[in-house]
Amino acid sequence: MEWYLPVIWAGVIGTAVAMYVILDGFDLGIGILFPFSRSEAERDQMMRSIAPFWDGNETWLVLGGAGLFVAFPRAYAVVMPAFYLPVIIMLLALVFRGIAFEFRTVSHSKMWWNVAFTIGSTLAGFAQGVILGGLVQGIPVRDGAYAGGSFHWATPFALLCGLALVAGYALLGATWLVMKTEGLVAERTRGHAKLLLMAVLAFMAAVSLWTPLAEPRIAARWFSLPNFYFLWPVPVVTALTAFFAWRWIEQSRDVPPFLAAIALFLFGYLGLVISNFPYLVPPTLTVWDTAAAPASQIFMLLGTLLLLPFVLGYVVFIYWLFRGKVRAGESYH
Amino acid sequence: MDFDPVLLARLQFAFTIIFHIIFPSFTIGLSAYIATLGALWLRSGNDRHQMLMRFWTKIFAVSFAMGVVSGIVLSYQFGTNWSRFSVAVGNVIGPLLGYEVLAAFFLEATFLGVLLFGMNRVPPWLYVLSAVVVAIGTAISAFWILAANSWMQTPTGFELKDGVAYPTDWLTVIFNPSFPYRFAHMLNAAYLTTGFVVLAVGARYLIAGRHIEEGRTILRMAIGLTAILAPLQLVIGDQHGLNTLKHQPIKVAAMEAHWDGSKPADFHIFAWPDEMAGVNHFELSIPKGASLILTHRMNGLFAGLNSVPASERPPVKTVFFGFRIMLGIGFFMIAAALLGAFLWWRGTLFETRWYLRVMAHCWWLGFVAVIAGWVVTETGRQPWIVEGILRTANATSPVPGTTIAGTLALFVLAYAVVFWFGIYYINRLITQGPQGQAATEIGHFSRRPISAARQ
Repeated sequence: MEWYLPVIWAGVIGTAVAMYVILDGFDLGIGILFPFSRSEAERDQMMRSIAPFWDGNETWLVLGGAGLFVAFPRAYAVVMPAFYLPVIIMLLALVFRGIAFEFRTVSHSKMWWNVAFTIGSTLAGFAQGVILGGLVQGIPVRDGAYAGGSFHWATPFALLCGLALVAGYALLGATWLVMKTEGLVAERTRGHAKLLLMAVLAFMAAVSLWTPLAEPRIAARWFSLPNFYFLWPVPVVTALTAFFAWRWIEQSRDVPPFLAAIALFLFGYLGLVISNFPYLVPPTLTVWDTAAAPASQIFMLLGTLLLLPFVLGYVVFIYWLFRGKVRAGESYH
Repeated sequence: MDFDPVLLARLQFAFTIIFHIIFPSFTIGLSAYIATLGALWLRSGNDRHQMLMRFWTKIFAVSFAMGVVSGIVLSYQFGTNWSRFSVAVGNVIGPLLGYEVLAAFFLEATFLGVLLFGMNRVPPWLYVLSAVVVAIGTAISAFWILAANSWMQTPTGFELKDGVAYPTDWLTVIFNPSFPYRFAHMLNAAYLTTGFVVLAVGARYLIAGRHIEEGRTILRMAIGLTAILAPLQLVIGDQHGLNTLKHQPIKVAAMEAHWDGSKPADFHIFAWPDEMAGVNHFELSIPKGASLILTHRMNGLFAGLNSVPASERPPVKTVFFGFRIMLGIGFFMIAAALLGAFLWWRGTLFETRWYLRVMAHCWWLGFVAVIAGWVVTETGRQPWIVEGILRTANATSPVPGTTIAGTLALFVLAYAVVFWFGIYYINRLITQGPQGQAATEIGHFSRRPISAARQ
């Protein structure tokens, strides 16, 4: 029955998650890079570069969460209890990080809010990586409900993914700073970006090797024929992207490294989708198993398709409005 | 120590949702007030209205931001705490909540930005129009949330297959029997809550002898509003109560601590319900008062708590006392608003200092009444999470009690910090008061809600 509706919804939610990971990724990355700055003036400049964007970026997370509830209630009902602790820690980390933005500028002692901003950003990224890793690894399900303990997610692989996402967000943040700032911050971050790029490539390689070795279904997806004929370009193009990212950073280019970092994220995301589709809760529940009633999916899809263009238009508008670099010593209020 | 996962899941959810409801119940009313000020400004060209509009918009920005932050948490808690609820009724509840998220999302992405940062960038009519759209948008958000909650109280427009609800008619789902009453009651409550905050701020300025003209304008508007809405709330509440009696009689019996349905019910001004023995102690009652209220006849009968087994009853004390707190505050509000209107008519409102002093301390009344009212309606639905369809005990996630207890402690800690800073910040804005100079720093435009408060 209407097999394509769940696929459309998977596309909508997949887009929201991709938007979230890239957009909130770079501003979480700024928080992760905060300890490597040298002065409050530099930190002001870094914050200024993301100030107009960050809470718009974060709203994609709400759309992802609410979308999952609406379109795939059975997946939502398995995933949320399975990652109870990481989800709640992520939410609290985002709360603290969000208010750190505001109260840092009015507080007498910026120190504590700097710490809250760094820890909140890092923890949020780490928790998201853990959730992603745990999801790829598979969730035990019995009778349509989560059948594991509170710490089932705490595996070496999931923790590796947590670190990988922190490194990835830091790379996005670093290339964002290269693009959006001038002066010392941009200079120093260029160096960070190279190190982070290497770290991210190492993590991507580790995940790409680990998943097919640990999960036969993923190995079969990639290496069986004729799949392999179609899929071999994915790692090749990813490697090429990484090569160009390196060169562009070396050549002190401003914008291309950030675009390359986004492309790396998208290829990594594509790889995960290829490995796991159509499973929403690997290795048991597909998008069709977990879909809401067609009447519910259609009802919600109408509103989403109507409003999403406005939201996307606004995103474009706001990034255009705040184009250009943030100079050294420029704070945002 | 014994951790009951159901109780803990309820406590955690109650805590986060009570924290959250504080902000929408303020911002729904405040956005309407800001829109009203804008319309007055456009009509009269009076700078004071514009200045007040800007002042309240700053406070709105902080409150809205706290509402959004605490709302994100809720959109995940339906899964973390109530996964079996999500499966059983997700087909129906999901889209209702989804539309609320879309409405809020859309608002934040568009007209809110103009309202917060557009004062010097857009023509006045567009600026005021944004305020109006934001006011309507917050009410639309409330519409969807109340539709979802009302459906959990009086579900219609669906069919059950293997314990899962499937929508059959969306209009019947949304406009379920208790929805119009609950929506009107909550919307009016939000406007009243804001009215009393505004009233308190005006009174505070007049007592302090600062911002006198602004304080007088604020006070007049607030009293004009509350003198109409407070009595109106009594009428809406009465109708809502009758509707509840029709669909959820045991909730009403708990609200009135009415045990024996074979006799007319007294209205208990105070009582200590004894759930073991099924009687009240220390009753102070108006004979047949509750019968008169609920059946509009002295000797009218309605179901008592004893008509169902104890396992089918909500926790009586919580519902009973919650209702009394809400009712008490409601009557106090009516008296305070009418007294204010009377003083205004006599021309002594601004000189009656004892009245202003009392009112300056009454800003919190609406919030407590709203929370008490929600506790009544949510606790009163127990043991059901969706009346007649799903029991609360069968709606939880497979998460152990210790995990929920740990995260509950984290929530309490985190929200205490956030709340303290929020209140501190809003209080500072109120102390600063309305300021003459319009925001000028165009180059440092930023769209984040709280930064609007700093301009």
